[in-house]
Amino acid sequence: MEENEVLELRDQKHEFRDKIKELLPDSNLELCLTCGTCASGCPATGLEGMDPRKFVRMLALGLYDEATSSPWVWMCSMCQRCIHACPMKVDIPQMVGLARQTWPREERPKGILGSCDMALRSDACSAMGASEEDFQFVVEDVVEEVRETQPGWENLQAPVNKEGAEYFLNQNSREPVTEPDEMVPLWKILHIVGADWTYGTKGWGAENYCMFLQDWEAWEHITRVKAKAVEDLGCKYWLNTE
Amino acid sequence: MQKFNVEHNFEIESIIRLYAKWIREGKLPVNSDWNKDLKVKFTVQDPCQLVRKSLGDPVAEDLRFVVKTAVGEENFIDMQPNRSNNFCCGGGGGYLQSGYTEARHHYGSVKLNQILSTGAQYCIAPCHNCHSQIHDLSEHFEAGYYTVHLWTILCLAMGCLGENERAYLGPDLAEVGL
Repeated sequence: MEENEVLELRDQKHEFRDKIKELLPDSNLELCLTCGTCASGCPATGLEGMDPRKFVRMLALGLYDEATSSPWVWMCSMCQRCIHACPMKVDIPQMVGLARQTWPREERPKGILGSCDMALRSDACSAMGASEEDFQFVVEDVVEEVRETQPGWENLQAPVNKEGAEYFLNQNSREPVTEPDEMVPLWKILHIVGADWTYGTKGWGAENYCMFLQDWEAWEHITRVKAKAVEDLGCKYWLNTE
Repeated sequence: MQKFNVEHNFEIESIIRLYAKWIREGKLPVNSDWNKDLKVKFTVQDPCQLVRKSLGDPVAEDLRFVVKTAVGEENFIDMQPNRSNNFCCGGGGGYLQSGYTEARHHYGSVKLNQILSTGAQYCIAPCHNCHSQIHDLSEHFEAGYYTVHLWTILCLAMGCLGENERAYLGPDLAEVGL
């Protein structure tokens, strides 16, 4: 915008404003005091000439399209430090999430879109596309190798689909697909403490790129597949690892 | 699950809380003798999703308890700010797959400076997104620190870290316990 350009306030009736009201009935845009606490503590401040305070103010002043179409909404990680610090608890991350949704699905960042679609392909929910069978194979292969090659670990277990286990352990796709030996230290820890745990072949992928994509239907689907997997095995806890 | 009203009969637990519990109960025999003379310095990342966005400062305390037990209190240097006030590293929210690599590195320079300010040789990153990002930051900016998972350090401390489980250790620790 040029220095002397008058800011034209648009019509306050806008689909996006309604979306904010619907999701965040208490997060009135006018609550923002413009104190800047959010922006001063945000690592994304300055990227694309944007920051959390500016984002909120643009929405408050009716510049919906300009705000939501900025690539900044993908450079914010929705870490919540802004709302954590905000004296008025303006829910900026949720607004960023809503903004992500205004992008036509196929125009959203390719990598995130691709990962979401990969995860939707099977009940494994793996963003790297590793199937239920792949996962089970890798786990069994690695644990057998440890039993054979590491003295003292002949009885190491890495259960898969063990019904009634206390803990259902989630697993990020990265290890089984690219660095399977990195799974072993945690198995050893669980063995030492005598934990009653299992992996599931369904819903094993710990990551959720559909959430990052803000495709709520897909996000819900992935969540339900995972929850059902834990319930079907009758586990007491869904255990989140590092 | 709350967002979509998914009914469920199980609870959610974090491995960090369990590590702390198991150490306190004496089930997990972790101690820092291995680092007594080496005095390698460690800092720890507070993953946004774990601390600020779900379990809060109590889990950040559990995390520090576990780390200090494993490396020695005198060898742990907290970054500033920390706990719920810590800065996001920029690995989450889909950033790693977003294609906005330059922005991600710029964003991550805040975390990089926090880590460098501690002078620690290692950053323990108990979150996959953090681990990837923090590791990548060290490579991209040639910062020289190493990024490890907590499970690696726990097994190292207990003397059971296998030969092939050391991919993220620096040369100073690569042979410890072998």
